[in-house]
Amino acid sequence: MDFDLNEDQSLLRDSVERLAADLYPSLESRQARLKAPLGFPTEGWAAFSELGVTGLPFSDEDGGLGGGPVETMLVMEAVGRNLVVEPLLASLVLGSTALRLGGSAAQKARLVPDLVSGDLRLTLAHTERQSRYDLADVATTARRSGDGFVLSGAKSVVPNADAAGLMVVSARVSGERRDAQGIGLFLVPADAAGVAIEAYPTQDGGRAAEVSFSEVPLPGDAALGDPEAGLPLLERVVEHGIAGLAAEAVGSMDALHTLTVEYLKTRKQFGVSVGSFQALQHRAVDMLIQLEQARSMALYAAMMVDTPDAAARAAALSAVKVQINKACRYVGQEAVQLHGGIGMTLEYIGAHHFKRLAMIEYQLGDTAHHLRRITQDANGLLAA
Amino acid sequence: MDLRFTDEEIAFRDEVRTFCRTEIPAEIRKKVSEGRSLSKDDYVTSQRILNAKGWAVPHWPQEFGGRDWTPIQRYIYTEELFQAAVPLPQQFNCYMFGPVLATFGRQDQKERFLPRAANLDDWWCQGFSEPGAGSDLASLKTKAVRDGDHYVVDGQKTWTTLGQHADWIFCLVRTDFEAKKQRGISFLLIDMKSPGITVRPILTLEGRHEVNEVFFDSVRVPVENLVGEENKGWDYAKFLLANERTGIARIGLTKERIARIKRLAREMPAGPGTMWDDPAFRSRVAEVEVELKALEITQMRVAAKQGRADSVEPDPASSLLKIRGSQLQQAATELLVELAGPFALAAPARGAGANNLPGGFDWVDAAAPSYFNNRKVSIYGGSNEIQHNVIAKGILGL
Repeated sequence: MDFDLNEDQSLLRDSVERLAADLYPSLESRQARLKAPLGFPTEGWAAFSELGVTGLPFSDEDGGLGGGPVETMLVMEAVGRNLVVEPLLASLVLGSTALRLGGSAAQKARLVPDLVSGDLRLTLAHTERQSRYDLADVATTARRSGDGFVLSGAKSVVPNADAAGLMVVSARVSGERRDAQGIGLFLVPADAAGVAIEAYPTQDGGRAAEVSFSEVPLPGDAALGDPEAGLPLLERVVEHGIAGLAAEAVGSMDALHTLTVEYLKTRKQFGVSVGSFQALQHRAVDMLIQLEQARSMALYAAMMVDTPDAAARAAALSAVKVQINKACRYVGQEAVQLHGGIGMTLEYIGAHHFKRLAMIEYQLGDTAHHLRRITQDANGLLAA
Repeated sequence: MDLRFTDEEIAFRDEVRTFCRTEIPAEIRKKVSEGRSLSKDDYVTSQRILNAKGWAVPHWPQEFGGRDWTPIQRYIYTEELFQAAVPLPQQFNCYMFGPVLATFGRQDQKERFLPRAANLDDWWCQGFSEPGAGSDLASLKTKAVRDGDHYVVDGQKTWTTLGQHADWIFCLVRTDFEAKKQRGISFLLIDMKSPGITVRPILTLEGRHEVNEVFFDSVRVPVENLVGEENKGWDYAKFLLANERTGIARIGLTKERIARIKRLAREMPAGPGTMWDDPAFRSRVAEVEVELKALEITQMRVAAKQGRADSVEPDPASSLLKIRGSQLQQAATELLVELAGPFALAAPARGAGANNLPGGFDWVDAAAPSYFNNRKVSIYGGSNEIQHNVIAKGILGL
């Protein structure tokens, strides 16, 4: 047990934090970045690539930087702290995890260099209008046709789909709508014939899209792994996504808590700083407790996300999301309240943290969903 | 960064786990698990087994029985004791008096008192709180007036936990009546057999005799029983309270309670099945478990940091552990009462040959008392409101 970063990790953290702070020095600069056609300027993505971030999780032999869950955590914490809108969750965490864990050597050889260089971005398209957070609820079909597949169906709220060269799409090759078996993950070029992307902004400054697939022909090597047994892979991708979101949430909550405490020290009412009032002090402390508990869970996520025991891993990542979701809500709401009126305005950066934190709750499983997953297991086990 | 236990740490955990479950008598562990009272003999028996193994006071200096363990080993050891429902080594001896004497006492005091404290040959209790000095501890009034080679002590202490068993009491007393209130306090060791001491029991919510009032009426205490310097007692008390707070999260204790609740829920009929089939109940258990997991990691983060610091200043992060740890201890006892349900009301007399178990369950009558008793954990050791103040000042700078 050792909570210290090694030298390489410290360097990575410092350089990513510096880059993110340079790209996002102020609320105005962020709002300007959001106006780019993809919701972020492509030179922002290029800057992360130059730092090696976009190829971070792939092994050295696959041409990546060999980063693990701790490295991804450090990147995502910087993303959260600075409210970065470049699609690191979609591409670095979700899409790349699918390729890394499910892709063949040939698929990786074809794609990793472009991910590293920043020429290619990925995303994960798995949510459907009826599925909510159930990964096995897949109505989109991939019909076998010759050596390949034909994809039909639609996906909802696909993160940064309009900025992705390839989408990782869950689709059913066989079985009924909610069967665990018969689901595959497929690499689908965004510009393939029959793919329609209706992109829109999200509540938190990001972008997403409704994506439909109308008889999209796919070659046999579009499948990541076994096209009829892809659910475990999808679960792992989402687990990595939860670990990434946890770190992002911690970064954002940390920034928001710092803002709140500074505000309490500077805002004067009744002739004194409002931070001298015990009622407000105790609420700021309770925010800190939530933040630190969330930080512990982001670390726990990094520790558990590559554990081979699938049941222990699933329970752990669900526990992480439960704790993170509660913390996001608590810290976000309290920050707005402690700021008073200024916390309500879009002119204040804290308000944008509040909105991002509020939306993290509903990505990759809300609190009720993950509590159900934990309690489904007869033992309700959380492994040490 | 590696967040897994090393092979050595796992081997150590297994050694402690096996020892606790094979060497400490099962009937003592059962009482702890069920939240029932322990006799003085139970505490003494358990502690002497640990002490014989060299495990009663691992955090003390090695000269007096301490072990050169890492903070993570110390954490593992404490958690395993809790999870095996082994009574912790007597907390006033081992976590309060011992560390203070080892840090601030004279060599002759250490040699005289520490080995006996480690073996529970002497039972120490704490004389800090007074009727008028609770959270505002420094306003204490019990006075010690110098008279030749003695101090003469007059006043009253309260909430003296298990003082009815005590051979000695370590007391905060006022020795300078002019100084600012924190400045005039001294740390004095008093023999409970001294003439002029009266102990009066206080029964707490659950009806047990756990705490006492202790009255001092012209009690003569040799000057050699002063710890450290006169009027510096507040510094020693702060050191002691920080030590007290570190272990106060009691994560292993809550884990053990949750594990037990899960076990008992499978045996408690409800509807077509048992309480464990009730998704609402299971969800409430899971929420406590999730928060507890987070606190466990937080505890390890604090422990790893403390291992490095040489400072005797309390880490305000330990206040965070106290707040959340006490809340979770209480949440677990609430779940237990909920599980007992209608049977929680029953308070039958227990004893040999008793055949009046409510619903036939042998644990339900201890559920509510355990809940009642655990209301104390957010009050003692510096109330949770005081801990909020400590964090607001010490971490947030408010």
